[in-house]
Amino acid sequence: QLSLFRFTVKRPLSTSHSSVDSKEVKKFQLLAHKWWDEEGEYAALHSMNDIRVPFIRDTLLSMTSNYHLGNPLSGIKILDVGCGGGLLSEPLGRLGASVTGIDPVEDNIRIADRHKSFDPVLAKRIQYKSSSLEEIVEESMETFDVIVASEVVEHVADLEMFIKCCSQVLKPEGSLFITTINKTQLSYVLGIVVAEKIMGIVPEGTHEWEKFVPPEELEHVLESNGFSVKTVNGMLYNPLLGSWGWMESTSLNYAVHAVKSGARGRSHPTDAPSETDIQQRSATAGTA
Amino acid sequence: LGHDIHFHDKKIALLEAGPRKEYYQMPDSYSNRVSSISPGSATLLRSCGAWDHVCSLRFKPFRRMQVWDACSEAMIVFEKDDLDDMGYIVENDVIMSALTKQLDAVADRVEVLYRSRAVGYTWPLPSHSCDTSPWVQVELADGRRLQTKLLIGADGHNSVVRKKAEIKNVEHQYDQSAVVATLHLSEATDNNVAWQRFLPTGPIALLPLSDTASSLVWSTSHDHASELLTMDEESFVDSINSAFWSNINHSDFIDTAGAMFRSAISLLKPSGSAVRQLPPSVAKVDPESRAMFPLGMGHATEYVQHRVALIGDAAHRVHPLAGQGVNLGFGDIACLAHHLSAAAFNGSDLGSLKHLLKFETERQRHNVSLIAATDMLKRLYSTTLTPLVLLRTWGLQATNALPPVK
Repeated sequence: QLSLFRFTVKRPLSTSHSSVDSKEVKKFQLLAHKWWDEEGEYAALHSMNDIRVPFIRDTLLSMTSNYHLGNPLSGIKILDVGCGGGLLSEPLGRLGASVTGIDPVEDNIRIADRHKSFDPVLAKRIQYKSSSLEEIVEESMETFDVIVASEVVEHVADLEMFIKCCSQVLKPEGSLFITTINKTQLSYVLGIVVAEKIMGIVPEGTHEWEKFVPPEELEHVLESNGFSVKTVNGMLYNPLLGSWGWMESTSLNYAVHAVKSGARGRSHPTDAPSETDIQQRSATAGTA
Repeated sequence: LGHDIHFHDKKIALLEAGPRKEYYQMPDSYSNRVSSISPGSATLLRSCGAWDHVCSLRFKPFRRMQVWDACSEAMIVFEKDDLDDMGYIVENDVIMSALTKQLDAVADRVEVLYRSRAVGYTWPLPSHSCDTSPWVQVELADGRRLQTKLLIGADGHNSVVRKKAEIKNVEHQYDQSAVVATLHLSEATDNNVAWQRFLPTGPIALLPLSDTASSLVWSTSHDHASELLTMDEESFVDSINSAFWSNINHSDFIDTAGAMFRSAISLLKPSGSAVRQLPPSVAKVDPESRAMFPLGMGHATEYVQHRVALIGDAAHRVHPLAGQGVNLGFGDIACLAHHLSAAAFNGSDLGSLKHLLKFETERQRHNVSLIAATDMLKRLYSTTLTPLVLLRTWGLQATNALPPVK
């Protein structure tokens, strides 16, 4: 019985209501210099590109008939939220997209900026900014064609607010790609105990099981904020080969593709979910 | 790579030490440097549009290959069931010209620097934490500096790229040199068979160029090779004919043992033995066409490193007896291009070890066995010792009779 109730710690409502968790910021600051070591602490994230980039690329290509295979994402504006050192921004930039990468950890942005600076093509295609998602909402209303939030939602303090902000900066019918970790007994055993403490696939302390997000909950939050969930795919990491693959079950890692509805300007007031809502969601989480 | 759709936006530089080679029409005489192009290699050349140019210049398809021993009657014949071409004999100049034309077609993506030479390389540190460029820096003899995400070393068996990258090479100089020449046959013939006979001193091969001409590749001791080069043309032609026709190395014992084995095979597998044909006789050698070069074997312990890949003779060097040297190189190209294309379509950094290692594993698995087998064949056929002759006689006869082994 790991948890029956999901204690959603909500910060008191203020003008600087944020989806950023300061504890998380500190954790990532310590490992900022390790981003680009392909065999280091972030090796699993590097190899995740082998499935998440084709997933994003092929999904976007399937939604349009006007593309060039030599520059498949040309003309597409992508927001990479929680871009870290730029591991995902760079391949998307190489495929032709105009990428804006944001991350609350300044050191990450510094590393990302320096890494892209050596490549004249990427230096122009990618812009990095140290910022939270909320902070760019005002100046970026309905600006992006695509938002990518890969391995991010399990670190945010307020999922509902995060998704709302995504909706605000996304153009109508824009795509939102999320990869994250399910909250199951299996994900505790494999995702935390084995991955962090035993095999060191993920730096220890990176994840808190409490903050893992079951796909049902994510789908619910998405649908109630104007998104239509198109795809949910399970992902599996093979530590022996160091590679990722797709799988039927979403009990560990999974990827989601959702599309913002076409109706313009529908904004939901930030209402706190009712008590019954919280308990209902927790009940499903505990039995997942 | 220049013709690959996923490389549409990429920039490639080719550093070529030699001059630009382009022919609109081939000279009357044949060049003495030719290659046996396998159907697989032809497919690769076709895929980038170069094969059409080869066809419009000149080449000779062959349908059969007969390989036999000087010390016995044993022989093996290779041919495709459907009488398709087994391979093509093409002058190296023709291939170069065809490739030059296709490079011109993608000049916006591929820049060829003729008569250029790299004098220095600066390798990046794998996971750079300092402020230097993470790319490979190349300094040219003319002072220009280039930087690249991936350096491909295709600079032959004495590869400088390989040496500077400090990749260890397992190598062995054979005490043999190959003599090449352009020969004219006594009489015109279909000439669609490639002939190779294993002499104790080394294999001699006749590769068809046209109905009246063939190319010679004779691997033999350094001394004999020098002799062949300096002797008068008549004696040279006599040596060749004698090498193919003489039975001086036969012994009664081996002949009997071989004949017994052959009868045994024909009982078990009636179609398993074929009649040994004799190659066409040579009348004349093209003056100035005789040349020799030393032979050796080599294999790089690694084909790749961070931002570096070796292909062709830079990665491996074989004895010409199997006619596979250039085809191994073309195989490397097809494999590397496939992995780089997929990497480009994934937005990967082209110099990343991840996909380079996939290329290395795939090619080493394929190449090592072929290189080892070629080396073993070379050693096996370099002797007149009876037990080994018997072994290879029976081995060859059995192989000829058993299609799966063949």
